[in-house]
This record gives sequence, C-alpha cells and structure tokens, in this order.
Amino acid sequence: MVEHASVIRNDFLRHDMQFPHVWCPGCGLGIVLGSLIRATAKLEIPKDDMVLASGIGCTGRMPAYVDFNTLHTTHGRALTFSTGIKLAKPELTVMTIMGDGDATAIGGNHFIHAARRNLNITAIIVNNQTYGMTGGQYSPTTPYGSKATTAMYGHIEHAFSIAELAVTAGASFVGRGTVHHVTQLDDLIGKGIRKRGFSVIEIISNCHTNYGKMNNLADPVAYQMWMKEHAVSVKKAAKMSVEELEDKFTIGILADIDKPSYIEEYQKIRDKAAGAGS
Amino acid sequence: MESSSEKFLLQGNEAIVEGALAAGCCFFAGYPITPSSEIAELMSMRLPKQNGTFIQMEDEIASIGAIIGASLAGAKVLTATSGPGFSLMQENLGYACMTEVPLVIVNVMRGGPSTGLPTSPAQADVMQTRWGTHGDHPIIVLSVSSVADSYEIAVHAFNMAEKYRVPVVLLSDEIVGHTREAITLPPGKPMEVVNRIKPSVPPEWYVPYENNSRGVPPMADIGSGYRHHVTGLMHNAKGFPTSDPQEVDTFHRRMQRKLDNGAMEIQMSRGFMLDDAEVAVIAYGAVTRSALRAVKMAREQGIKAGLLQLITLFPVPRAALDSVLRQCRAVLVAEMNMGQYVREVRAVNVSSNVKQLNRFDGHLIKPDEIFGKLMIL
Amino acid sequence: MEKNRYEVRFGGSGGQGIITAAVILAEAAGVYGDFHVCQTQSYGPQSRGGRSKAEVIISKQEIDYPHVIKMDCFLAMNQPSLDAYFSDFEPNGLLIVDSTFVEQVPTSRAISLPFTRMAREDLGKEIVANIIALGAVVQLSGIISLASLEKAVLSRVPVKFRELNQQALQAGIAAAKQVNLGTLPRSSVTEEILI
Repeated sequence: MVEHASVIRNDFLRHDMQFPHVWCPGCGLGIVLGSLIRATAKLEIPKDDMVLASGIGCTGRMPAYVDFNTLHTTHGRALTFSTGIKLAKPELTVMTIMGDGDATAIGGNHFIHAARRNLNITAIIVNNQTYGMTGGQYSPTTPYGSKATTAMYGHIEHAFSIAELAVTAGASFVGRGTVHHVTQLDDLIGKGIRKRGFSVIEIISNCHTNYGKMNNLADPVAYQMWMKEHAVSVKKAAKMSVEELEDKFTIGILADIDKPSYIEEYQKIRDKAAGAGS
Repeated sequence: MESSSEKFLLQGNEAIVEGALAAGCCFFAGYPITPSSEIAELMSMRLPKQNGTFIQMEDEIASIGAIIGASLAGAKVLTATSGPGFSLMQENLGYACMTEVPLVIVNVMRGGPSTGLPTSPAQADVMQTRWGTHGDHPIIVLSVSSVADSYEIAVHAFNMAEKYRVPVVLLSDEIVGHTREAITLPPGKPMEVVNRIKPSVPPEWYVPYENNSRGVPPMADIGSGYRHHVTGLMHNAKGFPTSDPQEVDTFHRRMQRKLDNGAMEIQMSRGFMLDDAEVAVIAYGAVTRSALRAVKMAREQGIKAGLLQLITLFPVPRAALDSVLRQCRAVLVAEMNMGQYVREVRAVNVSSNVKQLNRFDGHLIKPDEIFGKLMIL
Repeated sequence: MEKNRYEVRFGGSGGQGIITAAVILAEAAGVYGDFHVCQTQSYGPQSRGGRSKAEVIISKQEIDYPHVIKMDCFLAMNQPSLDAYFSDFEPNGLLIVDSTFVEQVPTSRAISLPFTRMAREDLGKEIVANIIALGAVVQLSGIISLASLEKAVLSRVPVKFRELNQQALQAGIAAAKQVNLGTLPRSSVTEEILI
C-alpha cells in the first residue's frame, strides 16, 4: 500500500495545482479515486492514452484531479462526449465517471443507448443515492420511504437498480462494488477497462453529509457498515430466496459477454462502403 | 466526384455535405429531423468511404456531445438539425463556446415554435442562433441562399470554426435545403481549407487557454501527449476552474477579442446594384432570391433600388450595413419571421429609416410583395 | 428556348413519379444542357395523398426567385392536382393533362393525352407514365433538346430498365407529335389586356 500511495500522489494526481479537493471529509469518492488509479496503474497504459470524462455533480469533479486527458462536461452528457472521443480516436482508453443522478436521471437515455451501442468505453457510476452537490434531493436511486430535501415526507418513488439496468440495456460487462469492498472494486474497474465493449461498474458510495444526515447514516463509518451488511456476492445471492434478498444488493460481476464492439462493427461498414464504389 | 470536375444536380442539403467534406469534415453525429435529414443520410454513405465516421445518436443533445468529443480528439465535425433539435442542442452549444471547440451546426430552418411547420420554410431561429444558449458567448452565424452558397459557405464555416476555435451555425431553410440546382464539383478553382493551430511548444509548456494576441490559443488534440483539462466551468488559462474576478474578466474579453480581430473575414455580405441605390432591400437566405427579383423589377420602373445580402448574421456585419444605411434614404428588411434581424439593423444606425416586411405563414416572401413595398419606400 | 425564364409545374399524386420527372427534367437542362435550373417540390403529408407538385425553373441566366411566378407549362397527372395547382398561367401557356385520370379540363386550350393508359396497355408498366409524359412535355414545349432529356432519363434508371424507359420516352414524344399546337384556340387573356 505504501508503494500505491506514492504512485497515486506523484504520478497520477495533479497534486500541485488542484488540491485540496471539493469533497467532504469521509466521502466515498476519495476511495473511488484511489481504486480507479490503482486499477489503471496496474494496466500500465500510458497516461497520454487515458481519457477520463465526467458530467456534473460531486463525482463530476473527479477528472480535474487526475493527470489524464480529462473532460468535465455537461450534466448527464458525459457518455456522448466519450462516444465522440472514442470514435475519433479508438486507440485511446476512454473512461466515463458519473453520479447516479447524472447517469440515470438527466443522462438516463444516453446511458442505456451507450450500453446498447456497445462502444468500448468504461462507465463508472458512483451511486450515493442522492444529489450531493445540490444538497440532498432525491435521485433515481433514492430508496423508497427514505428522506431527501425534496422528499421530507418520505420518498414515494422506487429506485433504479443501475447494474441490472445496464445488463438489460446490453452492456458487455457489468459489475457492482462498494467503497467498502475496495480490493474487489480495484478488480472490477480493471476488468471493466480491459473489456472490449461497453462496461459498467456501479459503485455504492456514501453521502453521509446529505443522504446520511436525513436517514440515520450521518457517520461515514456507520454508512460503510451498512454497505457491508447489505451487500451480497452474486454467487451467494444465487442461492438465496427473494425474501432473504429483500433489502440486499448484489456485488460482483453481473454480466460478462462477448460480442463485437461498435468500433469493430463500424470497420465492417467502412469496408463495405469502400467496396461499393461511388 | 473525386477526380475531374463534373456537373451535378444537387439539393442545398446535399451541397452542404459536399462542402463539409471538401473542408475536411471527417465526423458527423446527428438525429433525424425534417427538413435536414438528407444531410445525415448522405453523410452516412460518404463518410465511411473515406475512413470517416458517421453515427446516429439517441437525440440532438447526444449528437452535439459526440461531435464536441470528436473535435476535442482532433476531428473536423458537423451535425445538422432543424428548430426542435437546435433547441435541444443549446446546452452543449454553450459548452462548445466555453471550451472553444471548433464545430459546425447546420440548422435547416422550418416554421416554429415547437413542432411548428415541419415541412415549411421559416427564418425564425435567427435570434436563437445568437442567444439560444445561456450566458455571454462568442458565436458565428452564416446563412445560405442557394445550392452554390450551400457548398461554399459550408467550406467557409469549417474554416472559421477551425481558425477561431468557435462553433459556427450554418443557417439554411426548407427552401434552400430542398431546392435542386446544377453545380460543378469540385469547383474549377479549389477553395482554401483552414486547419486549427496546434501547440508547437513541449507539453510541459502548454497553456491550453493562453491569452495570446490573436485571442485564439493553439488547440492540442486529446491523445497527442498534451494532457490537459477541459471544463464547462469558468476556467483560467491552464484550463482549471476559477472564480477569480480578474481571470473571469480576462476570459470574456478574450472571447470578444478573438472575433473582433477577425471581423474583416468573418463578416460577409454581397451587394447587388448598390452603387447608385437610393433604396435597398436587406435580406438573407432564401428571401435574398425574391429580393433580387424585386430589385430588378424596381429598376425596370426607374427606381434606384439595390440589395444587400447578408451571409454573416453574427457577428453583425456593421460596416456593410452602416454604409447602406447611410447611403439609402430607406431600407427594407425582408425576412420570414415576425421581425427579428430588423432589430439588429436598426441598432446599427438608429437614425436611419428602416422598414420591415415579414411573412410567417410557411411560405417564401414573393418578389411582388417586396416590389410593392419598394415602390412606396 | 425562346424565353429567358421558363417555368414548369408537374402535379400528381404520390407514386405517379412527378418528383422524379421534375428531377430528370432539371438534370437534362442543368447538367446535360447548358441552362440554369431550380427544382423544388411540395413536401409533407399531402405528397402521399391526392396531390403534390414539383416545379422546374429553366433559365439562360442565374435564377433568382426559385418558385413558379407565371407557369409556362403545367403537366397534371390527376384531377386533384389540376384543380389545386391550375392557376398562375402565362397567357398561351401549355396545359397538358393525363386523360386517364383527368375528366374535367378547365379550358379548351388543354392538351389531353392518356399517359397512364399508354404505360399500362402499350408498355405493360404503369410506373413509366411519368417518363411518357416527360417526353411529351419536352416535345411540345421545345424547352430543351430531346438528346439531353434522353441522357438524363438513362442516367437515372437502372440498366435493366433502360430499354423500357427509352420506349416510354419515345412513346411520349410520338404521342406529342400528333398534337398540332397551331390548332389550339388562342387565350382570351392577352398581353395587352394584362398590362
């Protein structure tokens, strides 16, 4: 870990220009950032070939801190920018990091279509069940019955399961982890980046400052313990009943399928077009 | 049509595609919408042939997002739409202005508001092109009136976008977009193609938004070794978020300066029979053609009429307008909306006599209508 | 072509090939001939129903206004289009109707030829009615050369339909040759009255 820490600080962070960061003490985003850097460092891809794009929100601030080609785009649209970058320069490794509101509310349509299209992009979605930056309003993943600054009488909508949504939409690789299960998280992000095709890593994270404050999880440690208690591995979940899984969520790899990526398919179009004459 | 010049019968929309390709466009993302869809259809055939990329996105928001991404990665990019789609693009258009990303958006105008008149022409998106996205921002808006224009002004649109690192809106309309005219391609004398300036310093010296004398910083492609940060937040010369008043002020002034510096070549217009004109029509897009006929009719009646066709709508070609406003005892601004650009014309010279002729029923203004107004100016 | 600006309008229902005919005429004049051309059409739901129109302006000089001002020639392939678009005529303009579908002609100056019936019965393919009509329009109006028209037709059709279209074109020309324009009554509207 000592080696990792120095690698993160010296090689991957814009430590000389962008710190301190904007996140609250104890925020899960720091753990996500560490995990993302360890996973990419392990792959030994040159930083010049790495792209990290984001949308708006607390998660959206992450690219500014990382010494890649970085892009902080508009709310919900990060995947559309990444689509353009990847198509124009397929040799680049393109990652897109989004929050739950960013990816599944305002950017929900872009998200499912990116999954369907299967362009080789890694989408990391940090799910803290709320809009943190704007003060704790309810998001598409806020649990039924919980409180938010726009649902002080209790939330009456049902939450999206982001990873399951990605599977249904056709992503080639889908994993879910938490900021509590860090070793697994490193592994999931690494696998997602290596996957040819669209990959989605949903990360359950904590916003103790806003969501937690209103829902008895104001302490980040308690919040992490909640994750530990409610996460069930995909393997274990397969043997459990619906009732047993009632308030649980699965972690691990939910989908890993092989199909040609959009880039490979589009090359076929180019070959056909070139052969078709004018 | 690669080898020798040949004559083709093309629609305005098709000519825009030919112009874009001649200018080096290699990436198109779009979403189907009448009356612009021919541009997407033709691009989907042509781009893969020359190793370019076409993609149909899930909506217009995604379309402009994709072309911004591709432009940041070094491609010359285009999208095409009409009013409803252009409305959706405003958010990311602002991002492109803020981050100085060269791109060209074609808006083939139809009647609005909302779904409006999908298959009828209008010129009612003019002010939206200038002020549709929020905040002060630089933008170039060009308009076309014929198939020949559609080709040439498309090339020019790319040249301006690349040279000034600014989004360019190319305004066509249902009439110009769908009218077929004969055009020789490639043109006898090839048109100049301008490419964006890339950094010539080593990566560690690169200042992505430097405040240089041109006001246009060199632009490094993503993946070319010049790792930097691009954000829609107000940013400093290094590209990182700032709220420092001095840096914010510097940013806005540079945005203004870069287009002021290029005013001479950005602000284009064409004069017809203006030398001795005592009255003049000011028009753009398809209306130019009715106006030209009306001016000829007026000349036959002994009226010294002229026509100023505006190709650049924004930045407002003040010099050309001011000279006509000073020379003529009255001018008539004819447009297919309820009176949009006429406000800009009046603002150029508040003491001049500016009349307006508007039609907004989904039909092109007829020469007779303009002629009738000219007779009583 | 005697006049400086010659305006042609084609009317018919969706599927009668009037837009194709207009594009071919424009191509014949502008690409294979030495004229300036402007070709437009009505878009929208009505082009899939009973009436739609396509226009071609042919000129020796650059064309300003792209639409018809005073029609020199109107080809109507069905009744609704004739009724809707029969106006704006130049005195002594040419009105040609497909008598297969047009029962009421608004003037005795109209030239009636059964384009669709000819296509169906003589050539066995109703789809070439528009090419027959195009042959007749060019023969009767003399706006452009028949050679340019033939080139334009052949460049637009797939190889296996070349012969059929060539036959259609010749059938139209032959039918038009039977018409003696000199026998048409003169227009009651004269230039003097107009001015």
